Amino acid sequence: MPDPLTLDIKDLRLSFKNWSGTTEVLHGIDLRIAPGERVALVGESGSGKSVTSRIVLGTMQDVRTARVTGQVAFEGQDLSALTSSDRRALRGRDISMIFQDPTSALNPVFRIGELFQEVLKRRDPKVTKGEARAQAAKILHEVSIEDTDRVLDSYSFQLSGGMNQRVMIAMALINEPRLLLADEPGTALDVTVQAQTLAMMRDLVVQQGTSVLFISHNLGVVREFADRIYVIYQGRIVEHGATKELFDAPRHPYTRALLSAIPRLTGGGVPDIAERSPDFDDPFVDHAEVR
Amino acid sequence: MSIFRRLLGRLGASLIVLIGVSMLIFFIARIIPGDPARIALGPRATDAQVEQMREALNLNEPIVVQYGLFMGDLVRGDLGISLYSNRPVMTDLVEYLPATLELVLLAGFMMVMIGLPLGAISARYRGRWPDNLVRVISLLAVSAPAFVWAVGLVLVFAYFTPLFPITGRISDTLEVERLTGFMLIDTLAAGRLDAFASALHHLILPAFALALSGIGQAARLTRSNMIATYEQPAIEMAQAYGFSEARIARRYAFKPSLIPSLTIIGLDFAALLGNAFLVEVIFAWPGLSRYGVGVILQKDLNAIVGTVLIISATFLIANIIVDFLVSVLNPRIRFSEDNK
Repeated sequence: MPDPLTLDIKDLRLSFKNWSGTTEVLHGIDLRIAPGERVALVGESGSGKSVTSRIVLGTMQDVRTARVTGQVAFEGQDLSALTSSDRRALRGRDISMIFQDPTSALNPVFRIGELFQEVLKRRDPKVTKGEARAQAAKILHEVSIEDTDRVLDSYSFQLSGGMNQRVMIAMALINEPRLLLADEPGTALDVTVQAQTLAMMRDLVVQQGTSVLFISHNLGVVREFADRIYVIYQGRIVEHGATKELFDAPRHPYTRALLSAIPRLTGGGVPDIAERSPDFDDPFVDHAEVR
Repeated sequence: MSIFRRLLGRLGASLIVLIGVSMLIFFIARIIPGDPARIALGPRATDAQVEQMREALNLNEPIVVQYGLFMGDLVRGDLGISLYSNRPVMTDLVEYLPATLELVLLAGFMMVMIGLPLGAISARYRGRWPDNLVRVISLLAVSAPAFVWAVGLVLVFAYFTPLFPITGRISDTLEVERLTGFMLIDTLAAGRLDAFASALHHLILPAFALALSGIGQAARLTRSNMIATYEQPAIEMAQAYGFSEARIARRYAFKPSLIPSLTIIGLDFAALLGNAFLVEVIFAWPGLSRYGVGVILQKDLNAIVGTVLIISATFLIANIIVDFLVSVLNPRIRFSEDNK
């Protein structure tokens, strides 16, 4: 079999059981990521992008009220067919994740060094404190942290948000996973710090050849980072294409609305876009097929 | 700041609190109506005898002078003579305190060793049957006071099914030399395992009765703290890294949730000293709480002040210990104190 896709999602549906029956929130998502490819999933709050990442991570399948159907294949292996503990075995080793707010995601009662050791134990349960420290220091250097001893001996609340973000990127990539999920990375930080850390993250994943599913509500952030973009609206993919194509010639009305929402340095204030518009429900546009 | 210096600071603050407590209890005890000399001498005493007694107790001096005299004696370790037992108050305290402390310490141990795990299990299996079971048990435990449990436990486990002895600290047939007053320690020091087993056997039921509502409280508190911890991003991060649920529960959710629970257990633990009274009465336990109520009813001024001071000191020590445990568990507290 020639080099299977890192991630191959077909007709993914998610619904939640509640007192009045079931509510479907994802209505058939298709999404592919090739090895080493950086793909963004962009949409507004509540569009279903975060739950998609939790399904790929394999934690949503364990939620008792959630029902997941369709195929989510990681390197040819359907995650939904695996047991909960087999899915767990993939996490932290083959699939890793970066969270929105680094300071609250890093556990406040452990030192950064201890957290690194915990993560390294996922790959090698017998890793010693010294080995873990050396490996952690090495990868911290790659995200431009120089005083690694101080950082490793600190608690997350003693470091700045930008520092924690770099720590989290380093932690997510230290086991050289094959797929990195980045859920709104750095949204809790200010824009310049966010841009810096994203550039570091890009360098590191390019170097390691990691595939990335980058989740964001901000097309502007994604532009520098992703090879391809999927735009998601209310649980459906509405447009898909290479980053350049999508920015140069957005064809779906919702994508155009999203693009116009990026603030520009030239001023003009925040554009007035509709909360809902009937043409947002237009059919799926795929640049790859048109081309 | 070093641990030693912080400890010294806390001890100093505690001393000030103790002095405040001593003033308060000293004045209150003397303001409430009733003449201690007359109560002690009984209804047949002549006025001259009562007056002589009042003179001996310095009761005719101004109250501030009385307090000064009392503090002077206290510094020398002399709390005066108890009118209730006709012995030095210090002797009484040394005799009765260990029995109560033994009871309360085991009860506190049970609160930690039973209450915290129950709460953790409840949170870990939230909404499923272990959770429901723990919630019913802990609600029951909290909703009745210790003496109700004491009576119930005596009836069920000592009277109907005689698994435990009903009263006393040790079997009547055993004689153990008194060293510390702690039966468990004295029996071990004497190398008598049979006596140790008997003492422990006698201790379990009253301690459990005393601990039950605290166990329920600790379980409920730990459950709600841990559920709140489970909602935090740090737990999702741990899940995202594929740590096992058991490991996440133990290392990532339980540890931060312990902090508020320990604080409350510390306060509960100190309150046990007071709550122990009815349990001590029911189990005929020769402890300080029973002594304390006896001396209050007798308006035995010296003994009241002595008992209250000992209980306050225990309370303060318990709180210092809890504060240290909390600062060990919670690095944020440790560092914010260091930065002061």
